[in-house]
Amino acid sequence: MRLSDLPLGNIARISSIEDSPYKEKLQEMGCIPGVLVKPIMKAPFGDPIAYELEEYTLSMRRNEAYSIHVNPLDSLFNS
Amino acid sequence: MEYQSKIVLVGNPNCGKSSLFNILTKLKQKITNVPGTTIENKTGTVTLGSRKIELIDTPGTYSFNPKSLDEKEAIKVFFQDPPPDTILYIADASNLKRNLFYFSQLAQQGTPMILALNMMDIADFKGFEIDVERLEKELGIRIFKINARTGEGTQALKSALFEDQFVPHYAFGSENDHTHESHFDSIAKLLNKTTTIKTKRELISSKIDAYATHPIIGYFLFLVVLLCIFQSVFTLASYPMDWIENGFGILGESLAEFLPAGWLKKLIINGLVAGIAGVVVFVPQIAILFFFMSLLEDTGYMARVSFIMDKMLRGLGLSGKSVVPLLSGAACAIPAIMSTRNMENWKDRLITIMVTPLMSCSARLPVYTLLISMAIPNTPVLGIISLQALVMLAMYVLGTVAALLAALVFKWFIRYNIPSYFIMELPVYHAPRWGNIWMNCWQKSKSFVTEAGKIILIISIFLWFFASYGPKPNETFSLQEAPKLEQSYAGYFGKAIEPAITPIGFNWKIGIALITSFAAREVFVGTMSTIYSVGDEENFNQLRQKMNADLDDLGQPIYTLAVILSLMVFYAFAMQCMSTLAVVYKETKSWKWPFIQFVYMTLLAYLGSWVVFNAFS
Repeated sequence: MRLSDLPLGNIARISSIEDSPYKEKLQEMGCIPGVLVKPIMKAPFGDPIAYELEEYTLSMRRNEAYSIHVNPLDSLFNS
Repeated sequence: MEYQSKIVLVGNPNCGKSSLFNILTKLKQKITNVPGTTIENKTGTVTLGSRKIELIDTPGTYSFNPKSLDEKEAIKVFFQDPPPDTILYIADASNLKRNLFYFSQLAQQGTPMILALNMMDIADFKGFEIDVERLEKELGIRIFKINARTGEGTQALKSALFEDQFVPHYAFGSENDHTHESHFDSIAKLLNKTTTIKTKRELISSKIDAYATHPIIGYFLFLVVLLCIFQSVFTLASYPMDWIENGFGILGESLAEFLPAGWLKKLIINGLVAGIAGVVVFVPQIAILFFFMSLLEDTGYMARVSFIMDKMLRGLGLSGKSVVPLLSGAACAIPAIMSTRNMENWKDRLITIMVTPLMSCSARLPVYTLLISMAIPNTPVLGIISLQALVMLAMYVLGTVAALLAALVFKWFIRYNIPSYFIMELPVYHAPRWGNIWMNCWQKSKSFVTEAGKIILIISIFLWFFASYGPKPNETFSLQEAPKLEQSYAGYFGKAIEPAITPIGFNWKIGIALITSFAAREVFVGTMSTIYSVGDEENFNQLRQKMNADLDDLGQPIYTLAVILSLMVFYAFAMQCMSTLAVVYKETKSWKWPFIQFVYMTLLAYLGSWVVFNAFS
């Protein structure tokens, strides 16, 4: 699943990040495989999206979130 | 002065670096709650008894691989000669994992380090417990808990700066593996050993964000905030501006009595004093506008505005990060353009730089004020707002719309293939740090006075010369002798460009003002005062009356509604600010962009004025 598809309030674990010009930026902001993320709010028109990442809030565009693959923590409840 | 050592202060954006710098050096500089607001390295001195340390503050950086201009600046300090002796690394304790990433990269450099843990109060609130002793042992360096807002713990840190420092011995990553993953992995292991999380409480931030980023309430709130700011700028700034004008008037008069007659006297009074007054009179407006901007940035609200505006601005070739430069442009384009340095994408940044001068800056305000008072009656509309205020508001809207549309055009013309992104931290809301806000205000006003002031002053002196002397020798004119202005150099220039500006409704007198205004817009009012021989002791109303009473050869008033509206549109669009062009050159490192900016804005002004003039006449 891609991070951009994760519904608000659901928690997922990052599995991988696709190559892109912003991959390095995402990594240094703490988007690393194994890290938990939770979308907490969306800007009007659904983009950008703010994520709770470790202990802080990181906002990114839908585009950037699309390049991040995640595994939802509780796929039973999230489906 | 002999420095004991050279220490650089580094860390992620918005972790309290500048606050700590201010406390340690007692030298003030800008700190706000938008990540990335220290745009240049700044140097200060830490003093303990007779011993001194050179402390360098750097823009906040997330890694050793810089993404934006301000980050590149931050990295430069490590390549200075001599290199820094010690790195003072400040980390946000409430977000330690990400904050330690840049630390982990620096720890490999072999330079001694000290770690300062800031924002312990937020960390405590979040339920983090950090075993500092254990962390010191693991890293092999000295660690201090501080609160850069209150100054707590900074005394101990300060004295430690004068003692011996240690090189971190914790191995981040592995010998052959220094990827982001391996470093974060090492950090996670380190934190597992040294921190515990007790409870997790929700910060007030998320409750505020429910409103601040709401699809309807969010924009409405932003609009209300903007209107409040502009209302305060207009009402509050008028008092100090009056004082400044009166003060310089008195200064001019007393100098007139005091100085011996001659060209030097005229130069000092009509050139120098008038020039300085023309610069200083804008300081209250700029300071008040930047006060509110700093307040919004410092509390964390501005980051939310960037967040909700990003999608719309993206379609126009800008980004959420363009919000701060564009709004600052309403005060003065110079600090506004300098604030684009934290934008990673060159295209976003360039377009923001190119369109920011279309935002109506405070130098246009006196021009609008004079022209509106000449042509627009002060009749109430809907019983509340006056028609004059409405027209003024329309001029601001016109400038903003023009800036956004120009951005759209640049988006199509500028070729740049690296995609733009908006990966930004949303900082936790907090109460304003008044000291920091005040200092920011002061810095921005100072940059206006020093950057723009120099040029405005020089041009005022030239203007005085060209308006006072003519090509015919042995004849000098006083600034109060208007009929002779026609024979001065300025008069000849005005006449020379008259054919070019007749289609947009301007005569040679306006021509003179246009020429002088290419230095700075606000010179318009002064030039008009000169042309219509309004003395210092007389006021705005007299200038207005004299201009309104001016008739052309056929006995018709010169300043018809069409001419005035055409002039207002011209001043809204034209690039009439040499200081801005100089700053654009500095920021883009090429004459190409200031040249394009000058041409497109002036063409836009000419076309706009032509349309308006023909529509109304």
